[in-house]
Amino acid sequence: MSQATQDSVREDGVIASVSGPVVTARGLDARMNDVVYVGDEGLMGEVIEIEGDITTIQVYEETSGVGPGEPVESTGEPLTVDLGPGMMDAIYDGVQRPLDVLEEKMNSAFLDRGVDAPGIDLEKKWEFEPTVSVGDEVATGDVVGTVPETVTIEHKVMVPPDFEGGEVVAIEEGEFSVTETVAELDNGEEITMHQEWPVRQARPAAEKKTPREPLVSGQRILDGLFPIAKGGTAAIPGPFGSGKTVTQHQLAKWADADIVVYVGCGERGNEMTEVIEDFPELDDPKTGNPLMARTCLIANTSNMPVAARESCIYTGITIAEYYRDMGYDVALMADSTSRWAEAMREISSRLEEMPGEEGYPAYLAARLSEFYERAGYFTTVNGEEGSVSVIGAVSPPGGDFSEPVTQNTLRIVKTFWALDADLAERRHFPAINWNESYSLYQEQLDPWFVENVEDDWAEERQWAVDVLDEENELQEIVQLVGKDALPEDQQLTLEIARYLREAYLQQNAFHPTDTYCSPEKTYGILTAIHAFNDEAFKALEAGVPVEEIQAIEAAPRLNRIGVQEDWEAYIEDLKAEITEQLRELY
Amino acid sequence: MKEYQTITEISGPLVFAEVDEPIGYDEIVEIETPQGETKRGQVLESSEGLVAIQVFEGTTGIDRNASVRFLGETLKMPVTEDLLGRVLDGSGQPIDGGPEIVPDERRDIVGAAINPYSREYPEEFIQTGVSAIDGMNTLVRGQKLPIFSASGLPHNNLALQIARQATVPEDEDSGEESEFAVVFGAMGITQEEANEFMEDFERTGALERSVVFTNLADDPAVERTVTPRLALTTAEYLAFDKDYHVLVILTDMTNYCEALREIGAAREEVPGRRGYPGYMYTDLAQLYERAGRIEGREGSVTQIPILTMPGDDDTHPIPDLTGYITEGQIYIDRDLNSQGIRPPINPLPSLSRLMDDGIGEGLTREDHADVSDQMYAAYAEGEDLRDLVNIVGREALSERDNKYLDFAERFEAEFVNQGFDTDRSIEDTLDIGWDLLSMLPKSELNRIDEELIEDYYEEDAESVEAEA
Repeated sequence: MSQATQDSVREDGVIASVSGPVVTARGLDARMNDVVYVGDEGLMGEVIEIEGDITTIQVYEETSGVGPGEPVESTGEPLTVDLGPGMMDAIYDGVQRPLDVLEEKMNSAFLDRGVDAPGIDLEKKWEFEPTVSVGDEVATGDVVGTVPETVTIEHKVMVPPDFEGGEVVAIEEGEFSVTETVAELDNGEEITMHQEWPVRQARPAAEKKTPREPLVSGQRILDGLFPIAKGGTAAIPGPFGSGKTVTQHQLAKWADADIVVYVGCGERGNEMTEVIEDFPELDDPKTGNPLMARTCLIANTSNMPVAARESCIYTGITIAEYYRDMGYDVALMADSTSRWAEAMREISSRLEEMPGEEGYPAYLAARLSEFYERAGYFTTVNGEEGSVSVIGAVSPPGGDFSEPVTQNTLRIVKTFWALDADLAERRHFPAINWNESYSLYQEQLDPWFVENVEDDWAEERQWAVDVLDEENELQEIVQLVGKDALPEDQQLTLEIARYLREAYLQQNAFHPTDTYCSPEKTYGILTAIHAFNDEAFKALEAGVPVEEIQAIEAAPRLNRIGVQEDWEAYIEDLKAEITEQLRELY
Repeated sequence: MKEYQTITEISGPLVFAEVDEPIGYDEIVEIETPQGETKRGQVLESSEGLVAIQVFEGTTGIDRNASVRFLGETLKMPVTEDLLGRVLDGSGQPIDGGPEIVPDERRDIVGAAINPYSREYPEEFIQTGVSAIDGMNTLVRGQKLPIFSASGLPHNNLALQIARQATVPEDEDSGEESEFAVVFGAMGITQEEANEFMEDFERTGALERSVVFTNLADDPAVERTVTPRLALTTAEYLAFDKDYHVLVILTDMTNYCEALREIGAAREEVPGRRGYPGYMYTDLAQLYERAGRIEGREGSVTQIPILTMPGDDDTHPIPDLTGYITEGQIYIDRDLNSQGIRPPINPLPSLSRLMDDGIGEGLTREDHADVSDQMYAAYAEGEDLRDLVNIVGREALSERDNKYLDFAERFEAEFVNQGFDTDRSIEDTLDIGWDLLSMLPKSELNRIDEELIEDYYEEDAESVEAEA
């Protein structure tokens, strides 16, 4: 979290009452959403209500032992994040305090309170390379130089949004810390590598555009059936155990974004540890560099203070927007938005606000849409193109999608990946239900797939969808009369659908090869099944009994395409063998 | 320390008192009734001049003349290694007639959150000796894996079996297996249940390496909100200061949640789902998240909370919120129980999220993941077919379908049903798995690596089956 500047300190107050994370103060002169330091230990909090002389504060740290009469100090500034080089490969709590620095400062594996730390290292020297020279005119948002932040990411130093811009009068190459001036303008403005931005306010952009490029995820069911666009929004709702987190992790690992911001909001500590341990060892499929070099983690686990859980989503999206301004494609994963909504509910009920549906505050829908609206494909202030894609996990109580958080999310997002407990129980992973899920980006993205993968991408997909639909209908009959009572052609359709489910829709996230599937391979698997379908129906028409078709030896090998490195050759062989074995039957 | 005789309101477990000095949130309070009885409580809300106190031992006997003392500190647990072998009540007082406990240290029971950066990812296999857990839903050190049960089911027997059998196969050089220290936190269980646990602990000698906290069904409900925190504070001390591997069994979490609801209602809070407080998720997380491993420390805290689902309904807020926090769950199944399967674990809805990293070559056996996956898929398919059989009969089904039906039956009878006294090694568990999988034709084993099929598939099993 940003070190608030001290010159704007306003009048301080004293604590009037304490109830969990909600503290009221008397005599405090502060604006709404200003950051304050509470109590003798200086616990960080934020003003959330002002009524007469009484100011209500949500405190981001544990309040045990804090009592009335202790001081409350105002900073006069809203909750801001520090933006600058050093955010990649970092892990923060909900108010952007680096967790590694906290461990060091507290000298303990447990989170103590009253310790603050800036979001980026203010001392560290970075190699600054100017991209403009003295005499050049720069406007707001323009890039004045670059810094190699990690092996993957070139950090662009921009004229901050609240600067006017002008003619560069001094700029130099060299090593600087983020607080040192790297460029001066003729109007006296001094540009450093460090910006601050209030988290609850979207960073400006020139224009929001219609996204036309997919965020390729390497997951067959997503890329193949329900793609999300760069700059798009998606929701993954599902009951516990259905694989929300694994899906989010898969996206964080393999999505072809330049930058990934992963927000663990009110989730498990061990899951965040897994990310911290795994990501440095995994390679980005695009660049071959460690994944961590393009990742920023925000970990506010379920046992960390609830108010910081409320703010972590905003911290994440603000960091995402900052990299978008540099012209990068950023993907933000929020796991889980339900915990965020619950944090709002908890604070709201402590404030004794009138509850809306299921105890959630009446402003739930407004907050959710405000958040998802910060996603998009933008022309940035400096004329570049950048995007923020947001993928939010939703944890509906009891897996019931009719609850307020899921419903309000669905009204905003354009991609819906419905996780299904039944599929998870039979270990069909990813357990995304193909009948319920949808993507409204399909048509917008088809031209990209046609151009970059294959001409009949959309037709092949439609074929798969039709077969799966037909299976869905036939299954109802099978439930009543058994499979053998169906006519032979329908039995064969069921068999084809089974391969679609097992070879195409299922994907093993823990298999080193199968975990990432390129769009070409996704298409390849689909056409292999389609080829089997065509040959099988030919055989059936020629009078071959369906049992014999099902029994051919080569067919089950369809299920093994996913794990093949050299899948192209494998598919060619397999197609030939299937054709041969089927033709032998007639 | 100042004494007040300023109680203004008594309502359920809550007492409101006027004060003229600032009182810290969460501070401990002693209330002395006119009869001379001392009750302990905790500050729930503190404002200038007025505090709300939640009384652990119930408010019976308190009147407006009772005196209130604020101790100026939050609730602490005296911790020491000597706690092993001791039996304490729900608020941490010894009840076994043993010597007084001389603490090394007094620890805040709220417990700070472990910095996610300092955690170590749990990936050491714990062998519970129960096939349905080891084979299908493997437990690892530092995991929190609850048992979802319901009234009338033998979840306690399963918990005891795990406590008795759990070991971590150590590296082959030393050849030793390390045992667990057990911290047992009972909340609102009946005297009979408590006896059952105690007798088993004594019989097996497990008591020596256990710390037992018991809040019984007739003990004050509010005390239940403290018991698990005392237990976990002790567990953390033993694990992270004294290098023990600690297994924490908490039973029954449903009673704990009922106590939370009671306090919420007494405070007239806006209720969340089914009257439970809106902060129940956070509250439960503060308990469950205290499981784990810490980098650079020897010990670990593994949690097995037990909860009984009201009406066998896993969408009820208690199991639902628990499932969202814990790393999986083990379902005890009423149907399997009535069929005499022991332990009646239903593997299909059960899950261990940390399984994938705790198994495989070097940890358990190379075929573990694939075997488990395949058995899941096969059992799920067999289960589906059972509905159909009821309508059309076995004869109407294909040969393939019949095999799956047989598989499901043998899976329950041989793999799951092992009794509460059998301790199976992971090798035994996986071998039984291959026995069963070999009933199916090789081509059906699409989740198992082809090389593993070559190594483990029992060629003649199928034909033996056919002859029989």
